[in-house]
Amino acid sequence: MKKHVKKIADAKPAAKLVKGLSFQDLLLKLEEYWTRRDCILQQPYDIEVGAGTMHPETFLRVLGPEPYRVVYAQPSRRPADGRYGENPNRLYKHTQLQVILKPAPADVQDLYLESLAAVGINLKEHDIRFEEDNWESPTLGAWGIGWQVLLDGQEITQFTYFQQSGGQNLDPISVELTYGLDRIASYLQGVDNVFDVRWSETVTYRQVRLAEEQQFSAYSFDYADAVSTRKQFDLAEAESARLLAAYASLKGPQKKGFPILQAYDLCLKCSHLFNLLDARGAISVTERAAMIARVRKLAIRVAAAWLEQSGGAARDAAKVVA
Amino acid sequence: MKAKAAVEGGKSRGDFLFEIGCEEIPAGMILTASRELKALLQKQFLANGLLEEKSAEASIEAFGAPRRLVAIARGVRMRQEDVTREITGPPKSVAYDQVGEPTRAAMSFAEKQGIPVSKLSIVNTPKGEYLCAKQVVIGRPALKILGEVLPQVILEISWPRSMYWTGAHGPRFIRPIRWIVALLGGKVVPFSFAGVQTGSHTEGHRFLGKKHIPVKSPADYEIKLKKNFVLGRPAERESKIATEIRALTSRGGLRTHEDTELLRLVAYLNEYPSVIVGDFDPAYLALPDEILLTVMRDHQKYFGLESRNGELAPHFLAVINLPKDPKGLVRAGHERVLRARFADAQFFWQTDQKIKLGDYLPKLAAVTYESRLGSYSDKVARMRSLARWLAEQWFSGGVSQADVAGSDRAAELAKCDLVTGMVGEFPELQGVVGGLYARAQGEAEDIAWAVYDHYKPLGLDDPLPRNLTGCAVALADKLDSLVACFAVGAVPTGSSDPFALRRAAQGIVKIILERKLPLSISAAISAAAKALKENAPRIEASEAVQKQVLDFLLERARYILRERHGFAYDEINAAFAAGADDLVDAVDRVAAVKAIRNMKNFVPLAASFKRIRNILEKSASGIDKSQLTVQADLLWEPAERELYAAAQRIGEEATRKKKVRKYREALEAISELRPAVDLFFDKVLVMVEDQNVRRNRVALLAGLLKEFSTIADFSELGGEEAK
Repeated sequence: MKKHVKKIADAKPAAKLVKGLSFQDLLLKLEEYWTRRDCILQQPYDIEVGAGTMHPETFLRVLGPEPYRVVYAQPSRRPADGRYGENPNRLYKHTQLQVILKPAPADVQDLYLESLAAVGINLKEHDIRFEEDNWESPTLGAWGIGWQVLLDGQEITQFTYFQQSGGQNLDPISVELTYGLDRIASYLQGVDNVFDVRWSETVTYRQVRLAEEQQFSAYSFDYADAVSTRKQFDLAEAESARLLAAYASLKGPQKKGFPILQAYDLCLKCSHLFNLLDARGAISVTERAAMIARVRKLAIRVAAAWLEQSGGAARDAAKVVA
Repeated sequence: MKAKAAVEGGKSRGDFLFEIGCEEIPAGMILTASRELKALLQKQFLANGLLEEKSAEASIEAFGAPRRLVAIARGVRMRQEDVTREITGPPKSVAYDQVGEPTRAAMSFAEKQGIPVSKLSIVNTPKGEYLCAKQVVIGRPALKILGEVLPQVILEISWPRSMYWTGAHGPRFIRPIRWIVALLGGKVVPFSFAGVQTGSHTEGHRFLGKKHIPVKSPADYEIKLKKNFVLGRPAERESKIATEIRALTSRGGLRTHEDTELLRLVAYLNEYPSVIVGDFDPAYLALPDEILLTVMRDHQKYFGLESRNGELAPHFLAVINLPKDPKGLVRAGHERVLRARFADAQFFWQTDQKIKLGDYLPKLAAVTYESRLGSYSDKVARMRSLARWLAEQWFSGGVSQADVAGSDRAAELAKCDLVTGMVGEFPELQGVVGGLYARAQGEAEDIAWAVYDHYKPLGLDDPLPRNLTGCAVALADKLDSLVACFAVGAVPTGSSDPFALRRAAQGIVKIILERKLPLSISAAISAAAKALKENAPRIEASEAVQKQVLDFLLERARYILRERHGFAYDEINAAFAAGADDLVDAVDRVAAVKAIRNMKNFVPLAASFKRIRNILEKSASGIDKSQLTVQADLLWEPAERELYAAAQRIGEEATRKKKVRKYREALEAISELRPAVDLFFDKVLVMVEDQNVRRNRVALLAGLLKEFSTIADFSELGGEEAK
């Protein structure tokens, strides 16, 4: 067998990659790159989310007409993907870098590719491609059209033109770039195991994150109590629905300042608790669809309320200017 | 950049180049879209008189690559031809008075046409002489026309799922359009679409080509594209890939599986494809080929390689969108990704097999099949009882290799892999993984293959399970799905078939027909209903539901016989009307009907049978035909006596042939009835006054229809045109 290897492989052995950026430098570089392109730098959301899309800076900001550009890192928790820190690629919590450009500029692909160059990827020496992958989040009533970006066969970014969020048709269309930072760092550093990634020059990913992976995997798969998790889901859902109903009963100016954002936070709570129950194997196939529909219902009501409320605010602001 | 318009027959023509420059179009859609682009352009060129009917098809070509849809048309008119139209007015007699002066009628016609009366002429028509106005419609420049129709052409290309990018009021397309080249005879066809103004500049390869490349003509365009690392035509890309694959494999004494589907896919994923070799650790070869190939082909779009003796080799071919990989960076990346995938697979292969396949059975209780139909563990119980029943049927029907215990065991194991890590990771390998685990764990070969194959056939072109035990499990699985889902009302509709019941029904028909299995479909359905009733959650499938399933299955059988076996509607209807419970037998009868339907005697005989049925229907009132018997002594017309005798003689002959399933010969015998039937209708009146005679004649005809409709109901056969 080995003989074949010698005979047919191209003459030169695979070159060692130049020592790539540390995880934190990668994050800093990308944030810097996008802030220089008029993005504001936001912080990760402080509630458990499954993806950067759920951050209000994406979910709510893409609604309505106002232009917006933002970049932020978002640690994303996916209980079912946890592997107790034993799998070299699967993580309970991975780190996304999220960019929203609203409206989508015509040169958005070039901007994105330049950001790869900015972190040390020579675009002429790598096989970079955009392969069809439309994104959809049934819990958020959101979907978009786009690609997964592959770097030498490795998926590194989800690139999406948002079409709907919270059930609302979007106008203008925003573009969402979601970088998988853990994967990109592994790639840049040429390591096969994400836990071997250099977080900084002296500290590894393992040192920073392994305990989290082990403990949250254990909780998700072995310790989470289905009954109380379900109760928490019901409570969060009820509170969110209560707020939304209260908002609906208000008239005109009374709606100003009403805590729609809190209703959304509770909706996010539901989404995470649902993911937890799912990982725990406590949800049957049909129940699954029903619970997703419950979360989506909240998300859709939040989006509609937010749009109405912020639309009102925008009109007020316009009046002041006038 | 001067326009070079060819002169042909004194009329100026030019070549047309159209390129829709786009962000990456999904690979699977480019071919269809380019075909549609060609058809839409052809329609517009013809409708606007810019190409001639006879040459339009050959003048236009269209092709595509990830970032562009391209059309080229040769010899397009630069301007429409001027057309002279003759508009007829009032008759000459009305238009001029006796002294030849124009009348009011002539003057108002001229005014309406916008020309002076003096310019009117006279035409001769069959109805006489009429006033006529000649109008010359000046042809419009093609640049102008195309500028109007091309935006419409872009919008009319259909896509499975299109998108907005300039906002909710903008156009929709598959991906954002970023540039448009539209040239005719070297001149830009002016229009703008989604904020993009047409021009004469294309873009090269995303990373290797120039960004703003001027082009003058289709030929110039193709040269410049190549210089800028884009192979515009898919055939060029495919052949580059195929050539490189051959070169790389022959050097190593290796080969790839012929895989035109993958070749086409990668040709549409790259604008400048090249093939590189990568290696993987030979230790992974310990994993089954099915798993390695699924990972390489379906997940990574690599070609797997094998040595001449058919063994998988520890290499792969990846198609990349670059001319070369001098530093091996791309290769290292792909190898790394594959390593991670294989490591996952190996992890599952080992951890899954820490327990035996059968030990996963209890876990199926936690996997819902359908909320009302219980878990997969419930489904397995039903499948086992059905698989046993099927094997018993076959065994007693003379199929000696039918294995009751083996079918039961295979059904028991069939669904266990659903809860393994491997199927969780590679769902497309369900069944296959179970089969591999069963074999690795020492189950009998037959049983392992039965588990492996039991989802087959997945489509009309997919092969059957390779052994009879596999057929038993496959049928048990599909029959249960059908009867159980119908029982709870989960019936497929035109647009929705979430449990793939159509495919299940087709699979059932295909297995029975191709293996020529003796089986009563209605008995199989009621066996499935019995299993559904006797096992948790004990659902009742009523007689009506069972009939519904039977009709659904027969409908699929008709479909397959039409689409795959080439039988006509009425041939199938005729044979099925005489029973279709034994499908294999029914198809033999359909074939016999097809074989004899155009014989001399048969067409008129079929018409006579139709007539008999009509008479019987009309005379139905008050006569219970099942109670009728012919009284030979009441037959007094010679023609009716002759028919009676012929029917008895031919009936015996036909019955003999039918018993040994020589349907064609039986039908040939029946067709001998024709002269007697013709004579009867010629000479004998059925609906006579005398009630006894009338009743007797109805009895004769009813008996005839019944006796001779056991192979096929000829009255279902249409004329030849019905085929």
